[in-house]
Amino acid sequence: MGKAWKFGDDIDTDVIIPARYLNNSDPKHLASHCMEDADPTFATNVKPGDIIIGGKNFGCGSSREHAPIAIKAAGVKVVIAESYARIFYRNSLNIGMPILECPEAVAGIESGDTVEVDLEKGLILNKSKGTSFQARPFPEFMQDLIRGGGLISYIKEKRNNA
Amino acid sequence: MGMTISEKILAAHAGLDKVVPGEIINAKLDIVLANDVTGPVAINEFNKLGIEKVFDQEKVALVADHFTPNKDIASAEHSKILRDFAKNQKIKYFWDTGTVGIEHCLLPEQGVVLPGDLIIGADSHTCTYGALGAFATGVGSTDCAAGMATGEAWFRVPETLKFIFHGTDFQPWVSGKDLILYIIGQIGVDGARYKAMEFSGDGIRSLSMDNRLTICNMAIEAGAKTGIIEPDEITLQYVKSRAKREYKIYKSDHDACYENVYEFRSKDIPLQVAFPHLPENTKSVDEASGRKIDQVVIGSCTNGRLEDLEIAANILKGKKIHPEIRCLIFPGTQQIYLEALRKGWIEAMVEAGAAVSTPTCGPCLGGHMGILAKGERALSTTNRNFVGRMGHPESEVYLCNPAVAAASAIKGEIVHPREVVNNG
Repeated sequence: MGKAWKFGDDIDTDVIIPARYLNNSDPKHLASHCMEDADPTFATNVKPGDIIIGGKNFGCGSSREHAPIAIKAAGVKVVIAESYARIFYRNSLNIGMPILECPEAVAGIESGDTVEVDLEKGLILNKSKGTSFQARPFPEFMQDLIRGGGLISYIKEKRNNA
Repeated sequence: MGMTISEKILAAHAGLDKVVPGEIINAKLDIVLANDVTGPVAINEFNKLGIEKVFDQEKVALVADHFTPNKDIASAEHSKILRDFAKNQKIKYFWDTGTVGIEHCLLPEQGVVLPGDLIIGADSHTCTYGALGAFATGVGSTDCAAGMATGEAWFRVPETLKFIFHGTDFQPWVSGKDLILYIIGQIGVDGARYKAMEFSGDGIRSLSMDNRLTICNMAIEAGAKTGIIEPDEITLQYVKSRAKREYKIYKSDHDACYENVYEFRSKDIPLQVAFPHLPENTKSVDEASGRKIDQVVIGSCTNGRLEDLEIAANILKGKKIHPEIRCLIFPGTQQIYLEALRKGWIEAMVEAGAAVSTPTCGPCLGGHMGILAKGERALSTTNRNFVGRMGHPESEVYLCNPAVAAASAIKGEIVHPREVVNNG
């Protein structure tokens, strides 16, 4: 359960983590500047378990994997958006950062609402408003991949088990 | 039903006769690219795999172009990870300060990427190479690490959108940059999300390679997986002296299936300026005219090629840059720099009062070499005008072609080149 932080359409990766901070790829450093150009208070006030709500085309722009790394290291449990830019989508899953597509939830959740998400079922509950939304859950292998911490751990584990 | 050029390249690299949009395939890669920002993250992931060597030392390209020459200790430490890895792995295609160019200008120039290739790059503008008739797409560092380790990647075969330009009668000063900005203005920054953009028509076929590279470079700004142009005589002329290995020409079948076809008359496209803070906020240069600016940037993986510098130099020659303008010029590669020097273009630029830099991505992403203060405004030939892209979150970036940029640098405000060039 966490608090929702709502952003608009076309949130680009420069806003998620500005390039001026990319001279260091330490996740803690990236987290401390996460979403800085959209909301300078975000990085200091975000709590583990909080969620980010985005509009359409979330994560557009640069291919920097530093963007989902910054969000994950900031403690965000899940991003829910109307739609995602393709490189960001792939990067998020590859590093084990859960993201869901659900336009209805985006419309039905405001900043500050308390939200609970069941990733296995794709169920999103807005506790503040008493509403619920159904996103398409990830297939099992993708849930394994996310739980395991991303693509590299997943490949390694598969190699070890082979 | 036939296949598009993109589908043919993907099928060939997956060992399949045919693929259809939506299909997930595993395919062999010809080149895997990373730079000094994304490379260290990829190398860190690569090392976690416990694999000793990259899949092929001649198929990995590492380009130290973003924060180089290193701007501070942190970026130097970051670049060192790339340098050490390139040395230890005996990577053939590694470029560093002194030989390095901006990756998407450098790789085509050096014949590292060729028609028919399947390429992934940990840089979103990897789609540039589609101008050669290759399928090239941007990925993150983890995909890049997996690609360096295995030489393979999985892909969802994209639907293709076709963009046809009819006629070769472009308006004066209109270039590839204006065509792609115009398209993005029409379809929006997610108008081609997950899709391939195929550019064609006699308008496109009349363009030089430099212009075609500019067009495909910005396909990502419409959300596309790639931008691609069928190879023709102009492509072959470009690659034949550069290629050091075999390559293959693919063309779309006449009965290929397109999700949508957009048609434009070339003569209708005016000079474009994209207003903050998205590349889709395009207007004609006349609508932007008179807007005061503080900095002009000419260069980048979008517009740092020889023809771009020629256009800028010819406008700047014998004139003076406005005293309140900082004009920064970034040749895309050392070869471009040298050629511009030999032709006297660099001299003309410096005499006009421009600062000419060694190749670097620096200012385009607000990295270094030309950062904006609060409230400042830049006119730039680069590719993105997001919030804070070139510096302070309250600064602004306007995007345009090199002719508009050079003319505006002289005037101190956004102008049509005809305002500066008598016969324009």
